[in-house]
Amino acid sequence: MIVQVLFYVLSAILLAAALGVIVARNPVYSALALVLAFFSSAALWLLIEAEFLAIVLVLVYVGAVMVLFLFVVMMLDINVEEIKRGFIRYAWLGWITAFLVIAQMSAVFAVRGFGIDTAIGVAPQPADHSNTRELGEVLYTTYVYPFELAAMVLLVAIIAAISLTMRRRPGLKPQDVAKQVAVRREDRVRLIKGVGAKPDSAQGEGP
Amino acid sequence: MDSLLELWSGLPSYVRSTAWILIVTVAVILSVAFTTLWERKVIGWMQLRKGPNRVGSLFGLLPGIFQPFADVIKLLLKEVVVPSASNKWLFRIAPAITLVPAFAAWAVMPLDPNLVIADIDAGLLYVLSLTSVGVYGVILAGWAANSKYAFLGAMRSAAQVVAYEIAMGFALVGVVMAAGTLNLGDIVRAQAGGVSNWFLIWLFPLFVVYLIAGVAETNRAPFDVAEGESEIVAGFHVEYSGIAFALFFLAEYANMILISALTAVFFLGGWLSPFEGLLAAGHPLAAPGFHWLFLKLFFFLTCFMWYRATFPRYRYDQIMRLGWKVLIPVTLVWIAVEGLMVYWGVGPWKN
Repeated sequence: MIVQVLFYVLSAILLAAALGVIVARNPVYSALALVLAFFSSAALWLLIEAEFLAIVLVLVYVGAVMVLFLFVVMMLDINVEEIKRGFIRYAWLGWITAFLVIAQMSAVFAVRGFGIDTAIGVAPQPADHSNTRELGEVLYTTYVYPFELAAMVLLVAIIAAISLTMRRRPGLKPQDVAKQVAVRREDRVRLIKGVGAKPDSAQGEGP
Repeated sequence: MDSLLELWSGLPSYVRSTAWILIVTVAVILSVAFTTLWERKVIGWMQLRKGPNRVGSLFGLLPGIFQPFADVIKLLLKEVVVPSASNKWLFRIAPAITLVPAFAAWAVMPLDPNLVIADIDAGLLYVLSLTSVGVYGVILAGWAANSKYAFLGAMRSAAQVVAYEIAMGFALVGVVMAAGTLNLGDIVRAQAGGVSNWFLIWLFPLFVVYLIAGVAETNRAPFDVAEGESEIVAGFHVEYSGIAFALFFLAEYANMILISALTAVFFLGGWLSPFEGLLAAGHPLAAPGFHWLFLKLFFFLTCFMWYRATFPRYRYDQIMRLGWKVLIPVTLVWIAVEGLMVYWGVGPWKN
């Protein structure tokens, strides 16, 4: 009973947040609404005892991805008028996309046609059941090759992103930290005896 | 006494949990208050000063003991200025966003062999995800204030936290590999059997990385470029005053205490006694308990102040270099070494 109430409350928050992402005028508010949507979906996953996935969703998307996203959005100087200009012209594209998404989602809800019964909930697991261990076992045995393939794809994406954005400007003088650390006093300072020093008689006669 | 205990254990579990939540929260708040005093005292002694010694004393002892309360009353009575060109709603909510995760993370902290408010399996992930949420308060505060200095501080903080979170996460991957569990209590239990089993010894490079990343995550000296008084006045909280500023302050110190406690739990066996295995099993010094966790926590907390009194502030690009080019490779190498240790059966772990 409580789980059901929680489910509907969280789903309502999730839907409202998702709506907020697309209707908010300020892009920072959109990004924050997306954060709220991630939190609500993580809570929904907790309800079906997917603790690992739920916490990792918060850790990765809220903790890292959205921080960078917010970072970029805050720095942008977005001209709302300019964005709105093409609204009517590209409306047909939006309608088609929306229709496709709705059709896909309805297909998921009609999954009973594939012989899967969605109406039954997930059977609750015993208290010592470790979601994390089970995921790890499946991931590193049955699906080890797809898993490693995905890792490689991500690595390639990282390298591609870096090589696309890295610009080598001429005339840069970057510091070589190893050299800086290796510097000794003798390389920089040379003490010369006699120059500028006071006569010996003046020393040792302080006030 | 016995009847009181009976009454206590007769209460429903949610009442007991709520009571523990209250006790832990109040304890953390009081610890924060006295941490500020301890910091001023320690740094004072290190600089051959006395530190605060005017406000209150306990029967002539501990002069200055009530300084934190004087500070709190002062901050409470001050006006909270909200800049007129700021985003008022985000400006007001930002301190709370920083504060809440710093307290919520205590839910999974194993305080005692039998005492943890929420004994969840993915405790380590929970702590990691909560500490990463705290940065939102900093970013939003910097942006909502609509001030150049605050914004610069927020940008620096975001980049720094994201960079050091990776190093911190990798260091904790090593801990998880050694302990074979994400449950904080079980991580402590995996280090049982004497000091030689503590992860401090077997994962020493990861311990160092975690300690450095912890200082960077809390935006403390020498990594406090997000505040950087000499460059950007006070960074992200430059526009905050009164109790709104106090909330940021509270969050920073609560995070320091949290990181100190986590370091003790991950690498120094939490509530385990350092004399375990050296003294006879029945010896009171060999018994595990909260006091051991407290002593370890207190040591690391004092280290935070020690760093502040010792090191000059890092330059921003050097912070980034340290995080990406030094700490992350170190953790990667040691995780590989640890994998070989696990494979060949070197080390105390059994999994």
